[in-house]
Amino acid sequence: MSGEVQAQKLAKPAGAENSKVVVRNLNFYYGGTRALKDVALDLYQGQVTAFIGPSGCGKSTLLRVLNRMYDLYPGQRAEGEVLLDGENILSPGLDLNLLRSRVGMVFQKPTPFPMTIYENIAFGVRLYEKLPKAELDARVESALQRAALWTEVKDKLNASGLSLSGGQQQRLCIARTVAIKPEVILLDEPASALDPISTAKIEELIDELSGDYTIAIVTHNMQQAARVSRYTAFMYLGEMVEFDDTNKIFTAPRDKRAQDYITGRFG
Amino acid sequence: MVDQHTVRAYDKDLDLLERRIAEMGGVAEKMVIDAVDALAAGDASLAHQVVATDARLDMLQREIEEQAILTIARRQPVAIDLREIIGTIRVAGDLERVGDLAKNIAKRSVKIGVETRAPRAIVGIKHMNEFATELMKDVLDAFAQRDVERALDVWERDAELDALEESVFRDLLTHMMEDPRNITFCAHLLFCSKNIERIGDHATNIAETVFYLVTGSNLPTDRPRGRQETDIDTDARGEL
Repeated sequence: MSGEVQAQKLAKPAGAENSKVVVRNLNFYYGGTRALKDVALDLYQGQVTAFIGPSGCGKSTLLRVLNRMYDLYPGQRAEGEVLLDGENILSPGLDLNLLRSRVGMVFQKPTPFPMTIYENIAFGVRLYEKLPKAELDARVESALQRAALWTEVKDKLNASGLSLSGGQQQRLCIARTVAIKPEVILLDEPASALDPISTAKIEELIDELSGDYTIAIVTHNMQQAARVSRYTAFMYLGEMVEFDDTNKIFTAPRDKRAQDYITGRFG
Repeated sequence: MVDQHTVRAYDKDLDLLERRIAEMGGVAEKMVIDAVDALAAGDASLAHQVVATDARLDMLQREIEEQAILTIARRQPVAIDLREIIGTIRVAGDLERVGDLAKNIAKRSVKIGVETRAPRAIVGIKHMNEFATELMKDVLDAFAQRDVERALDVWERDAELDALEESVFRDLLTHMMEDPRNITFCAHLLFCSKNIERIGDHATNIAETVFYLVTGSNLPTDRPRGRQETDIDTDARGEL
């Protein structure tokens, strides 16, 4: 990639806030396969950034790098810089537990623990903080409030998390993430297994949470990216092809591959 | 140009819109030519024909709008596709207005009838119309071929049409001052020249749409104008 093209892609969109996460020269390997190629992008403070691109383009891989989820798997490694508030999270000495409390993640399929609704949330909080019962109760309630689930579950906090519907389970997972007060929230296809109403609730929730949290979302649903995000990154074959204001990407993208993808022309 | 969609039916939807616009363009262009021919020749039957054709244009515009709305609802178009569809709706609106203006000229030509007392005035109008039809033709070609350069050319040339309108305006004033019996006839012609000038404006609207469609950005809001000292509003009317 020429320096000029790189500079153009990294040009800060008008009105962008401070960068919360700065990714530079990021390469990622699954064994011998290079899955991310010199990726560079910024996640702006309090904004929602969507990663889009065809399957295998590296968008989920990129998300998994942002809280070092890949560390759980042997043979996977990342090179380059991922700065969270200026600190490189790829450095070997980093406290992974602390990182994951600052960068929370929600997955495609809801993953409630086989515990009560209350415990699903309290469990994570206890890992990081020792709170008196009253404060813990308050934390659980506020997390459920933020995830727009409180009114639906407040009378059955001792019911199993697994008794909830798919959409509720996903909101429970978001509540669990929010409860530990992260700074960045990563959402990997959070609504792909949900019906349209649950999807709308999740999207409303994302909108509510933006501002307080820096959010990155991977989605295959282009309209969803257009609806929920302020910035969009289009990835293809491990490269960051175009990063811009979402409004720009969905009305007049610069790159032909980005245009072909979002308009449904990919061969 | 642009590759095909994975969903072929999407391309068919867009092709259909494209063909309808081409058809509208052809109909509108012919109406404008016929209207002024009817005016110049005092040909009432040609004029009636123009008036009747307008219904066809209105129908085409409706079809285009319905088709465009359906395509938006079904495909949720983005980027170039969205710009194409929005562009199509806009151009259809402009062409429909062009048809109305031609129809108005045709109606006036029937009213004027054979009372043509100042053939020289008609010459100016015919000249204006040739120019306006050329703008229309060029801009419709630019739309069909997504040719920004050509669209820009039309956008700039419209100033010449404005200048022509003004000379026709002065001409008609002279005729009216010379002989009050010319007034009714010339007043009709004033409206005709204004209509033709408006047709030029619609051509520039279409040029702007082509520019947006291809580039995704907008032309500046103020177009190049005719020279200030010959501006009708500030000058000629002041003389009255």
